[in-house]
Formats: sequence, structure tokens, C-alpha cells
Amino acid sequence: MINHQSAKQTEAVIKTENVNVYYGNFLAVAGIYLDIAKNQVTAFIGPSGCGKSTLLRCYNRLNDLIPSFKLQGAITYHNQNLYAPEIDPVQVRRRIGMVFQRPNPFPKSIYENIAFGARINGYQGDMDELVEKSLRQAALWDEVKDKLRQSGLALSGGQQQRLCIARTVAIQPDVVLMDEPCSALDPISTLKVEELIHQLKENYTIIIVTHNMQQASRVADYTAFFNVRTTEKGDRQGYLVEYDRTEKIFQNPKEEATQQYVSGRFG
Amino acid sequence: MTSLSDSSKIIKPRPVNERYLDNVFKWTAQIFALTIALVLIWITVQVAIAAVPAIKQFGLNFLFQSSWNPVKSEYGVWPAIYGTIVSSFIALLIAVPIGIGVALFLSEDYLPPSIQRIFVFLVELLAAIPSVVYGLWGIFVLIPFLKNFTPLKGPGMLPAALILALMVLPVIAAISRDAITNVPESLRQAAVGLGATRWEAILQIMLPAASSGIIGGVMLALGRALGETMAVTMLIGNSNKVSLSIFAPSNTISSLLTNQFAEASGMQVSALMYAALILFAITLVVNILAQVLVKRLQKI
Ligand SMILES: Nc1ncnc2c1ncn2[C@@H]1O[C@H](COP(=O)(O)OP(=O)(O)OP(=O)(O)O)[C@@H](O)[C@H]1O
Ligand SMILES: [Mg+2]
Repeated sequence: MINHQSAKQTEAVIKTENVNVYYGNFLAVAGIYLDIAKNQVTAFIGPSGCGKSTLLRCYNRLNDLIPSFKLQGAITYHNQNLYAPEIDPVQVRRRIGMVFQRPNPFPKSIYENIAFGARINGYQGDMDELVEKSLRQAALWDEVKDKLRQSGLALSGGQQQRLCIARTVAIQPDVVLMDEPCSALDPISTLKVEELIHQLKENYTIIIVTHNMQQASRVADYTAFFNVRTTEKGDRQGYLVEYDRTEKIFQNPKEEATQQYVSGRFG
Repeated sequence: MTSLSDSSKIIKPRPVNERYLDNVFKWTAQIFALTIALVLIWITVQVAIAAVPAIKQFGLNFLFQSSWNPVKSEYGVWPAIYGTIVSSFIALLIAVPIGIGVALFLSEDYLPPSIQRIFVFLVELLAAIPSVVYGLWGIFVLIPFLKNFTPLKGPGMLPAALILALMVLPVIAAISRDAITNVPESLRQAAVGLGATRWEAILQIMLPAASSGIIGGVMLALGRALGETMAVTMLIGNSNKVSLSIFAPSNTISSLLTNQFAEASGMQVSALMYAALILFAITLVVNILAQVLVKRLQKI
């Protein structure tokens, strides 16, 4: 079964064509076709272990850090194959930024956490201005404006995650990948991050992994539902079940499994 | 209300013997900790008491005088202090960059894991070589080798410092490697995810995050260099003169002590105790500075 459902109306920034992801001999994610629409929010949903993070990390070549990682198929970004030999992964990551599942601020000051990425990306402008702007975008400025020189690790978990978002926004990428950015946040900060996502949409393309169905329906224009199946060998293999506009996925999905998952009646 | 019997309570009480064992363990641990502190204090007090006659007679002049003449009862340790500090300083100057380099090489994935483990083991083995063997190697290999192309005439500051560097290298490399591998991988991912190159991630994120551990290793190495006796005594030339040339023979406090103790008596013993006290003070100051530095770094 092949799911080739593209984002029809808008231009696709990223195209995923028949992608298989291996960790060693273990085929973790199989046969993915998925196009990501420009300046839209795409949500990845699905049960734990179905390969959402794995696929997300393929889009900015972060999986390169894992020695056993192997990718088959093609991922193109503006029609360039990201895994072509001549591609510099560093340049890819400067265009396609990432917010991780667990907050991971650097053991540096709040200010430096943001300045680091900007500096290595050759940012020439006013650093103070950029730090303030990024923190405001991440809805963190008011809470930290008086302690920019204090360690980023001294913040609460939710504040740390917003700092990580600010840090990613500060490098002004083209695409932002967010891996469950709100899993450590309280409802108010979650709403703030969602507002931020709405704002960012104007200039960025966003892919967000979430376990929160309401969140997916609130922020995403498109939603991809992944699932796991057990192969004959007994491996748990992730695959794409259905990909469509969010309203479609939540109100009138084609697949029975999608219907069950989004309505919370999932095995 | 009826009182519950132990077996019907939902939360079972801790068994009495477990509580008792806990207490025994706590007390034993405290006694051991206290013993270590007491031994340290006891040694210091004993050395200090033995040094009192010399302290009374020479006072602080002892630190700045350059002659060491038991016949005339003239004692000054300035050359030895100078030699101790300079030899350790040169050793660190060489060993710190190389040690951190080795640590990085052995913590990144440049080598296949099996070969990497062999290298790590070899580096640790360097630390296990007895210092007298280092000394012998210095005398028979290093000094003749250095003589070929330097003004070195025999034992001196340079070979001593080089051997010290070699001896403290594994300490720095092993501890720095531990510190670097203990930095959470998520920090590297964060840096790389922001578009950092491998070296930007290493130099600007991983090393700073490991810095308190690395500094701890360097300080341990410095402590070892300051107090190293055998190899240095064999190589430094034991000359009680201050010379700015690294090719000239020199002296350290610990080699002064080893060379003189056997035939010392009376005021000379006291003077040597005084010197030992000074060495102790130097290492103490170094350690305190290290603590302060580490604290300062951890704050950011
Ligand atoms: N570094 C790795 N090495 C080997 N296997 C891995 C690695 N990372 C993930 N996997 C495996 O790949 C599969 C997909 O994992 P992934 O983290 O992508 O799931 P996920 O959909 O993000 O789950 P969750 O919702 O719990 O975050 C899992 O079976 C997991 O065990
Ligand atoms: Mg995940």
C-alpha cells in the first residue's frame, strides 16, 4: 500500500519520496511519501514508537549523528535532495531548525543560549535586539528580561523549552521542526507556543509532532497520522496511514484506524 | 477507632533491622570520613611542630633566601620554590593542550569503538608506569636525545619538565575524557541542530560544558606535578641556584627533601620540615583556587 497524498493547493517545500529509515538492520519507518506545504503547519500524530521523531530528524539530517542510521529513498527540499553526497548537513540545519522533545538549553546564560546560534550563523546585526525579539516571539521575554545573564538551566522546564524555541527562531530558519514542543509546558505556556506557531506560519514552514489531538486540530493545517505494525520478524515498524487537511483527518478520515486514533478509541 | 496491626496497614512500616543497618552504615561512614580528616590534620601538625625551630630562626626570610648550607646553618628555599613552580608550569603548558586533544580524540567517533578502547587503556597505562622508570628513561634516553640539539649539558629544568608533562598527561587525558563523555548528547544535538559544525559544537558547547571536570583534572595533574619526587630528582640536576634558562640544572622542594633527609640532623631537619610545610601550602592554595574556579564556571 502506498500513500502518496500531497499537499495539493500549496507549493511543497519538502518532499518525502519512498523513504525507509533503518537503525542498523531494524527498519524503523517504512515507505513514507509525504509532501510538506510551504508556510503551513503540518502535524505528525500517532502512537508512541511509530517513528514520528525519527522521520522529523531526517528532515534536517540530525540522524546523521546516530552511527547506525541509514536512509533509503529521497527527501528533497526546494527540489534539492537533502541526502545527495554534495549536500553539507550543516547548511541544511541552518535552513531547517529543530526544537527537541525534551528541553535542552546550553549550560550558558539565557542571553548566550540565543546568541550562540545566531553567531555561528554569521548574524551581523544588533545581538541585544535579536535576543529580545526572539524571547518575545517565544513568549518568554517578560519572565526573563531581568535575568538574561543567569544560567538557562536555572529556568523551569517550561521556560527552558520556550528558551529552546527562542534559540531556534533566532537563527531565522526557513522550516522549523518541533518535536512535542509542549509536552513539558503548562496550559498557558502551551497556548503561548501555539500563538507563536500561528505567527511563525507567515514566514516559516512548521512541522510539529504532538500527542495532543486538540493541539493538532488547533494549530495544524495538515495532519499526518502514523501507526506501527508488527512485522513477521517481530519488529515494530512505523508507517504513514493517512495524510490530509486537518479537518479531513479529524472529521472525515478515510481510514478506520485514523478515526479511532483521533477520537481516542485507539487500542 | 481500633489500632491496626502491622500486617493490616496499607503502608508497611520499615523493618526494624533495616533501620538499624542504615544507622550502622551511617555511623561507620562518618567515622571513616572523620579519620581521614584527622590523619590530615595530624600530619600537618606534626610537620609544623618539627618546623617550629626553623620558623623561629629564619622567619619569612626562609622563603626568599637562596643559599642552602647546612655547615653554616644558612637555609633558604627560594630556588626550590622557583624550580617547583616553573617545572610544574612548563609541564602543564605542554600537557594541558595535548591532554585535552587526546581526550577529544578519544571521546569523538574518529576511531572504531574497539580500537578506541585500546587507546583509552594505553593512555591509562601511562599513568601506571612507576616514576623511577620515567626517571631512568629520562636519564638514558631523553637527556642524551635533547643534548643533540639544545644547549642542555646534562640534567636540568627542561628534561624534568618534559618528564613531568608525560607523567601528568594521562591524568589530564583520562579525566577530561570522562568529563567530555559525560556531557549529555542532547547538548551536541542542540548545537548541531542550530547549524553548528562539529568543531563549533565541540569548542563552544561540549568543552565549556565539561570545563569544570577538565579543570579538576588539570588541578589534580598540577598537584601531582608539584609533589612528584623520584623522576624529577633524577632529572633536574638538584642545583640550588635560580637560573632563568630552562637548560640549566634546578631544584624542587620535593627533590630537596629527598636529597637531604637521609643525612640531615638538628636544624637541617627542621628546615626541611619548614620546606615541606611550604610545599603543602602551595598545593593547598592550588586546590583552593581550583575549587573557586570550578564554582565560578558552574555558575554561568
Ligand atoms: N537512536 C536509535 N537507535 C535505534 N533505534 C531507535 C533510535 N531512536 C529511535 N529508535 C527506534 O525507532 C522507532 C521509532 O522511534 P521514534 O523515537 O521515532 O518514535 P516516536 O514516534 O517519536 O515516539 P514517541 O511518541 O514516544 O516520541 C522506535 O522503535 C525506537 O525504538
Ligand atoms: Mg518522539
